[in-house]
Amino acid sequence: MEVHLEHLTKRWGKVVAVDDLNLEIRSGEFVALLGPSGCGKTTTLLMIAGIYKPTSGYIRFDGRVVNKVPPKDRNVGMVFQSYALYPHMTVYENLTFPLKLKKVPEEEQRRKARRIAEMMGIGHLLDRYPAQLSGGQQQRVALGRALIKEPALLLFDEPLSNLDARLRLTMRAEIKRLQMELGITSIYVTHDQVEAMTLADRIAVMREGRLQAFATPEELYERPRTLFVAGFIGNPPMNFTQVEVIQQDGQYLAVNPDMRLAVDPDRGSRAAGRGRVIMGIRPEHITLARDGEPAHLEAEVYLVEPLGRDDLINARVGKETHLHFLADPALKLRIGDRVRLRVDTSRVQFFDPETEQSLLWS
Amino acid sequence: MAVIEAERVAVEARPWWRRAWENLRSASGALLFMSPATLLVVVFFFIPVVLIIGISMTNMSTATGFQNWKWVYLENYRRILKHPNTLQVLRNTLMYVALTLAFFNVGMALVIALITTHIPRRAGLLYRALWLLPRLTPSVVYVMMWKYMAADAPYGIINRHILQPLGLATTNLLPIYPWVFVILVNGFIGASFGMVIFTSAIESIPREYLMAALVDGCTPWQRIRHVILPLIRWPLLFVTTYQTLSLLTSFEQILLLTEGQFGTMVWSLWAYERALSNYWGNFQWGFGAALATVLVLIGIVMAVVYMRYFQFEALIQEPKIETL
Ligand SMILES: Nc1ncnc2c1ncn2[C@@H]1O[C@H](COP(=O)(O)OP(=O)(O)O)[C@@H](O)[C@H]1O
Ligand SMILES: [Mg+2]
Repeated sequence: MEVHLEHLTKRWGKVVAVDDLNLEIRSGEFVALLGPSGCGKTTTLLMIAGIYKPTSGYIRFDGRVVNKVPPKDRNVGMVFQSYALYPHMTVYENLTFPLKLKKVPEEEQRRKARRIAEMMGIGHLLDRYPAQLSGGQQQRVALGRALIKEPALLLFDEPLSNLDARLRLTMRAEIKRLQMELGITSIYVTHDQVEAMTLADRIAVMREGRLQAFATPEELYERPRTLFVAGFIGNPPMNFTQVEVIQQDGQYLAVNPDMRLAVDPDRGSRAAGRGRVIMGIRPEHITLARDGEPAHLEAEVYLVEPLGRDDLINARVGKETHLHFLADPALKLRIGDRVRLRVDTSRVQFFDPETEQSLLWS
Repeated sequence: MAVIEAERVAVEARPWWRRAWENLRSASGALLFMSPATLLVVVFFFIPVVLIIGISMTNMSTATGFQNWKWVYLENYRRILKHPNTLQVLRNTLMYVALTLAFFNVGMALVIALITTHIPRRAGLLYRALWLLPRLTPSVVYVMMWKYMAADAPYGIINRHILQPLGLATTNLLPIYPWVFVILVNGFIGASFGMVIFTSAIESIPREYLMAALVDGCTPWQRIRHVILPLIRWPLLFVTTYQTLSLLTSFEQILLLTEGQFGTMVWSLWAYERALSNYWGNFQWGFGAALATVLVLIGIVMAVVYMRYFQFEALIQEPKIETL
């Protein structure tokens, strides 16, 4: 099912939770709504589900305006952050509740419940009450309850945020697999950019009720249009430093009191002659120079945060420019060590400090 | 290893009284925390109940005074069984309690709570505030209002402003429909208690359950039936039990309204009349106490029946942490 949001707005008194949101979601697409807490993701989702009425704007399902259609007639399945399994019903009763309301014959209910339970791996739990289940099991039941009525649209509101880290990985993969198999149009709300990147076909980045960007994960990663998107997408987050880009001897140099970095002319030329701009470099585009290899920057290790597979190094360039990058723990970098760094300058980003818009992509 | 072994042997070798004492000591913390409440219950409930049961086995009355009374054991109870009014009063009481409960103290309370939690909050608050007014009005004034409502023209409000203009015959309505007025008078006071409890119970249901119900396909009515009511089962049990006991023992409104006339005598009013306001001047404390004791027994039986019916045990979840 296609979902179109047109100038969708929701106000609570003076608070504008969602502000003129425009989004076109294609049939079968998996879209993530990504943004920090309080940016209006849940409100958007609940408007699509029909729980909240939009203050203004339209929601269209396959072209039809559904603003006034009650939730039960929208053919939508939803998974809540707290799972919202009814505590007074067994797993079986929870699963079949949507069917019971539709007056589906008992025999068919049993058949469908069995199929869903098998698909979700909860067949042995049907007689239990939600309080007797682990978080992951509750999650599966909630997912099963959303799927059992074969909805045309699946809504997820941060469904993994109450799970422990390992379970989150498993469930993430499972949700992805299910969605690909079933091909149901899905909208997935999360504040975790890794989740959004791994799951979604396209990501809608929101901030303070407004849409910041709506693009594929690669696009958001490689060509962020705003400073906010650049900082929000990617883990560890992008490094930002104030520089001035000048042209010298046919080269473009990003200059501040701490460093002079020759950057890719394609990118540098767009930032040159604008005075102070913000340069963004992703940690993964900074590497240690091997012996004999020329370095772009010299720095001093300021902090080492072991992440397991990598060490996250906070290095100080000059007096007050800090750059984060990842290093092999085997190198055993220590605070105070001198390091020589190479930067993939063909992938640096530039932003206008006033408008926070990208100087490269607009 | 050897030390642990020795300790184990020591445990087994301890005499029973030692073990009992140690069990008591390990429970002493809990007992200590319970003691203030226990003290209150003992002083204000158990001691009076024991006294009442004691008095119910005597012939104590104004005639005997506090000096010359005698033990009569179950004589008062035998008199209750044989009394010509007993069956009628019992029937009255059960009808009064059941109807007031069903239509107002639980029924209306639930309806108000459900309505006011489904409309805009402010309107709900206002509407509920209205229902608190009868509770806030002093009973004498409140019952007086009802008496004026029922009275014959030209004073009675219903007669004067509704029946008379319609050309219908006017009369004092109280003796004609005594139970209607008894139940209305009590119900309008009693509904507010359940209303407050049910409203807060409904409002404390996690919002995601209510949203999930709508997404799952509930109409508002189905959501009430399948989700909201089951989730407020415990407050429902509580209000039903509490209000049953409270109605069983309350007689003040009936006393003010009809004084038990027109066939509206209920058990608690009977006990009060016998023990404390007999117009022959002979207060039959012994007989009144026996009536009161029977009422306590009826209350206990009802409470047990309710707990069975609502499956009280199933409502109490095993705590996850047993001891610290
Ligand atoms: N029912 C409500 N009444 C008033 N304000 C609300 C309500 N729901 C959400 N808001 C406000 O709207 C904004 C967006 O909330 P929400 O959609 O829950 O954010 P998110 O899900 O992105 O964390 C917040 O400022 C929140 O306080
Ligand atoms: Mg949210």
